[in-house]
Amino acid sequence: MADAPERPPGSAAPVAPDATGAPAPAAGGAPAPAPGGSPFGGEPLLELRGVSKSFGAVQALYRVDLAVHAGEVLALVGDNGAGKSTLIKSIAGIHSIDEGEIRFAGKPVSIGGPKDAAQLGIEVVYQDLALADNLDVVQNMFLGREETSGPLRGLDETDMEQRARETLAGLSVTTIRSVRQTVAGLSGGQRQSVAVAKAVMWNSKVVILDEPTAALGVAQTRQVLDLVRRLAEKGLGVILISHNLHDVFEVADSVSVLRLGQDVARFTVADTTQAAVVEAITAGALDTVPGQLQEVSA
Amino acid sequence: MSSSTVDPTLHPTTAAPAPGEPRSLRDAAVRWWADVKGGELGALPILIGMVIIVVVFQSQNDNFLTAGNFLNLVIQAAGIMTIAMGVVFVLLLGEIDLSVGFVSGVGGAIAALLTLPGGNWEFAGLPAIAVVLVVGLLIGTLNGLLFTKVGIPSFVVTLAGLLAWNGAVLVLIGDQGTVVIQSQTIIDLANGFISAAASWVLVAVGIGGYALNQLARRRTRTSKGLPVDPVSLLALRIGVLAVALIAAVWVMNEDRGVPYVVLMLAVLFVVGSWVLTRSRFGRHVMAIGGNIEAARRAGIPVDRVRIACFAIASMMATLGGVVLASRLTSVDTGAGGGTILLYSIAAAVIGGTSLFGGRGSIRAAVLGAIVIASIDNGLGLLGLASGTKFIITGLVLLAAVTVDSVARRNLAGSGRG
Ligand SMILES: Nc1ncnc2c1ncn2[C@@H]1O[C@H](COP(=O)(O)OP(=O)(O)O)[C@@H](O)[C@H]1O
Ligand SMILES: [Mg+2]
Repeated sequence: MADAPERPPGSAAPVAPDATGAPAPAAGGAPAPAPGGSPFGGEPLLELRGVSKSFGAVQALYRVDLAVHAGEVLALVGDNGAGKSTLIKSIAGIHSIDEGEIRFAGKPVSIGGPKDAAQLGIEVVYQDLALADNLDVVQNMFLGREETSGPLRGLDETDMEQRARETLAGLSVTTIRSVRQTVAGLSGGQRQSVAVAKAVMWNSKVVILDEPTAALGVAQTRQVLDLVRRLAEKGLGVILISHNLHDVFEVADSVSVLRLGQDVARFTVADTTQAAVVEAITAGALDTVPGQLQEVSA
Repeated sequence: MSSSTVDPTLHPTTAAPAPGEPRSLRDAAVRWWADVKGGELGALPILIGMVIIVVVFQSQNDNFLTAGNFLNLVIQAAGIMTIAMGVVFVLLLGEIDLSVGFVSGVGGAIAALLTLPGGNWEFAGLPAIAVVLVVGLLIGTLNGLLFTKVGIPSFVVTLAGLLAWNGAVLVLIGDQGTVVIQSQTIIDLANGFISAAASWVLVAVGIGGYALNQLARRRTRTSKGLPVDPVSLLALRIGVLAVALIAAVWVMNEDRGVPYVVLMLAVLFVVGSWVLTRSRFGRHVMAIGGNIEAARRAGIPVDRVRIACFAIASMMATLGGVVLASRLTSVDTGAGGGTILLYSIAAAVIGGTSLFGGRGSIRAAVLGAIVIASIDNGLGLLGLASGTKFIITGLVLLAAVTVDSVARRNLAGSGRG
């Protein structure tokens, strides 16, 4: 990493040319609101309609609607057990949905496994990061999508290493000493950076991050939030799951609230307050009748 | 390593090893030592163990270090080594295969029966070995299917296999009690030797191939602007390999020569190592052993890879059975029993393959099998009874697993685990 020619070793504060610095709490208000109340008009990049999922007797998701647009940071909030992780695993193809529809770029899609999601350009940074401790940074970033070359189809390590370095540099991740060290030796923030880099390397269109800052200190949280903003500025749709409303209000454009497996409220960050979101998380109206959910911000 | 509380990556200092790749031999040594202290022991424990074994046995019996005994030792290790190479694939998954011992017995028995003159088949040696390998493949695939698709723990599936294939050996050999191998090809595997001239050509090919491979990799990395190891380190690696190969072949040629089975093991070593470290399949095996959930989410066909590993283990076991049969030039009702299973698994573990999955190599099987054969051979020279042999081998295994566990703890303690 540090030997990358354009980057002096151990250079301090990661500053990307396009970084927005520290956005004020109302960062989401920057884009001019489009007609209709949402800052992002037009067709959603990724849309869920009436998605349900149960594990035996546990109804983890019930008729959930969700939409994220290109360039939008959508925060998905809710109490523990609300179904957030289940929702993103359904999008990622790890769980199959019982009913409902997933649409991508306006067309219904069926996602039967992680490869299908990746094919569409959907990448997920899981809550537990899903890194293999015994593999190095490059090996983890290319896991399942290794590049091969030569008549024997052997692994093309140099090519993968080069691309991994470029991606990390592009995200201004400068704290990783060597991309050839095993992930077991990395700190929490570094592991998070690797997981994010792994997700954005593939020309992805939608990046989903499940509690990316839960295990991080102040400075590292700062880096991840900056990263989230930069992804949206590049035109990706970002779904950010977080417990920290302060973080949410800092980077998100809109907020969807899940409660006991149902989406109980949607907000535009510029037009709401933390108190209103907390209210929805803890006491949002549960509604089992489809069609009655109201766009709170409308 | 232990006293630092500040994340060194946030505050790089001149005291820490420089970032990136080592710049000199000295730098490389410093890093290696830091890794060892941090718990990345590599082949160090086993090399120390080998030195102790050689010193102890040579001081007790002058015959231990003779060319003839070295050759015996290598041929003794060959069967276990072959089986252990296959076991590595299963251990890397974090699974176990207890059936490899008697599956090797089945392999030996089938090879012996197929090649009997006047029998129903009268296969030539090589086609018989091919049949044996297919049988191994089928057995392992069955193990893998029962494990992945039915969901029976590998311990139980292969424990059942241990019993069933023991029965199969008894059924196959049956009333005869012992089947003497008639195929010269199979006998030659462990008892035939390649000419000295041919052995030196192969040594040259081996060293040259390794050197070219290293240089080619260095050239691609340089051309892509990636950091490379210093030339001196490259030369050291090639030099160590050259010295070891030349010494081993020279010693064997002092006695009867290089046995065919050594050639076979060399090929298996190169192919197996390539598969584990340079193919997508090998990378997926490692990933499954390290974090199966991560592998699954990365879209790796986890079940298919695991079935393949069990298939490889059984196939290598049947081949190992042929090697063992070749050494004894016969197969009896005890084939595949005794210490074969435990020695094979112990070889992989002593060589540095973790029972917890995700860490191990083909090299581990080779080194571990040599250690076990050395202890067996050395204690035999001292005229010690089997009981003592088993106790000492058991203690060595315990020591190896302890080293593995402590190393893992150190890795965790230093923030690397
Ligand atoms: N694999 C599973 N099997 C059974 N129940 C599950 C599984 N995954 C999640 N659940 C249940 O679904 C509900 C939602 O969980 P989850 O999506 O992890 O919530 P969150 O991420 O919002 O905290 C919980 O009641 C949880 O126990
Ligand atoms: Mg969760």
